[in-house]
Amino acid sequence: MVQNIIDVRNLSKSFDISSKEPGLKGTIKHFFRRQTKSLKIIKDISFEIKEGEIVGFLGANGAGKTTILKMLCGLIYPSEGSILVSGYLPFRRKENFLKNITLIMGQKQQLIWDLPPIESFYLNASIYDLDKFEAKKRIKKLSEMLEIDEELFIPVRKLSLGQRMKSELLAALIHEPNILFLDEPTLGLDINAQRNLRKFLLKYNKETNATICLTSHYMKDITSLCKRVICVHEGEISYDGKLDLLLKKLSPVKEILIVCRSEEDAIKLENYGFTVKNKTKNEITLKIENNSITSSLKTILNNFDIEDLFINEPPIDEVIGKVLIKKDYDI
Amino acid sequence: MLEYRVEIALWAISGIIPFFMLNIWTNNNLNESINISDVLLSRYFLCAFFVRQFSVVWVVFSFEEDSLMGKVSPYLIQPLNPFFRYFAQHLAEQITRLPFALIIAFFFFIFNQESIWIPNLGILLLSIVSTFFSFFIQFLMQSIVACLCFWTEKASSIERLLFIPTLFLSGLLAPVVSFPEYVKSWIYFTPFPYLIDFPANLLSGNETNISGGLSMQILWIFLLFPLFKKIWSEGTKKYTAMGS
Repeated sequence: MVQNIIDVRNLSKSFDISSKEPGLKGTIKHFFRRQTKSLKIIKDISFEIKEGEIVGFLGANGAGKTTILKMLCGLIYPSEGSILVSGYLPFRRKENFLKNITLIMGQKQQLIWDLPPIESFYLNASIYDLDKFEAKKRIKKLSEMLEIDEELFIPVRKLSLGQRMKSELLAALIHEPNILFLDEPTLGLDINAQRNLRKFLLKYNKETNATICLTSHYMKDITSLCKRVICVHEGEISYDGKLDLLLKKLSPVKEILIVCRSEEDAIKLENYGFTVKNKTKNEITLKIENNSITSSLKTILNNFDIEDLFINEPPIDEVIGKVLIKKDYDI
Repeated sequence: MLEYRVEIALWAISGIIPFFMLNIWTNNNLNESINISDVLLSRYFLCAFFVRQFSVVWVVFSFEEDSLMGKVSPYLIQPLNPFFRYFAQHLAEQITRLPFALIIAFFFFIFNQESIWIPNLGILLLSIVSTFFSFFIQFLMQSIVACLCFWTEKASSIERLLFIPTLFLSGLLAPVVSFPEYVKSWIYFTPFPYLIDFPANLLSGNETNISGGLSMQILWIFLLFPLFKKIWSEGTKKYTAMGS
């Protein structure tokens, strides 16, 4: 049986936020009597993550997903509740815990700007107590996986964003962590670089059985990497489960565009009893429920003279977007 | 890379306050009032320049910037206190400053040939140790202030309060021996005279209490280190990972 590597119980986090009225009057008032209020960013959430799982945290801006990741990796202190990651309390930042995890934040770099990435890799290797031979072996392996062998010796400031991000990833993985916390790792990368990064993460997960917790606003990252998603809405979990199930539930119908050979056929099809989304001359778009797609298509092909047909999946962003703006989803 | 070399050279040159002070002292014959010869005073300010070069600290500014830019977060989840990084950066820059400091000393001796002296090896080694202690005390003091970044975004403004006594009481502008008696009665209980005055007097061969000075430096390190550890541990609990 696969064990839970992350166990979160009734976790909450509050921040003290100060507010200031605009203008000189507001500034003077703020100087003498600063008004602060406590804002609960994370509200009593609980979940578990199993070893080797890739879990996507979804949520609108400010929903609290990054705050959850920061608490899981021990960067910030929880206000209430408990977190156990790999058997450790993350905020205590014990050496053995830190050697087991990594956090990658899109565009926040830990590489030394004026030196080639290889220098930062060796520095990180020393921090994680790796000997030079082992460090060299891991750098070689990871740089081959990430396809950045040539960029290792070029100063970081001269690398492209994609090359820098790959180098960041190598720096963050040199100690071969078991748990990866990735906060928007593909932010700002071009399509090819995004795809390569996703490919790499899947390979890393397969080879090392590492657990990956990921936040991203790019739905492709989520659909390519995560079987399970946790949707966060205003600091609360609105959905925790399989991504497939969520998509099926949220988009129960498919759109089918049918091109008929004649306009008469299109009119006949329009009046046949299917739900019609729209019709133009000999083209007609029908909305058909997922569970009756096969039988409906059989009927159409047997009774009408069809020139072509296209089955359209609803855009995933649109589907997921529904979850992000609604608090409770009954799945 | 030229700009980096020029930057280091400019940093070295920017530390020449002691030479300006020497000029003011000798032109106004102020040294007569404290019974220090021109030669000893020249050596003192040259040594003050050297001590300052190898003990100057800017950790509060680096930490504040990194903290506001969200760069501290990746450091915090590594099994090494981020201040070790800053410590290593300071040591590395001190090494790169050495050639520039030696060039400045060379020109100083061309214009002040009577001030040339060779300290004996023992004194030289003790001076290096004492300068390192001075650097370490200042590093700890500034690191404590830097940790205030966990509570306020402008810890460097608080550091300015520390800079003023460091400037006036450390011996950078004048040897502590020239201070009024009532100042001298309490100043040796503070860490400031051990930052420049004590190591500079030691290296220049002026009369100084070597064991007393070194003991006070060690005492201040022992006092400041646990304070830093405490404020670090409390501060990280307040960390909000701003900017990341």
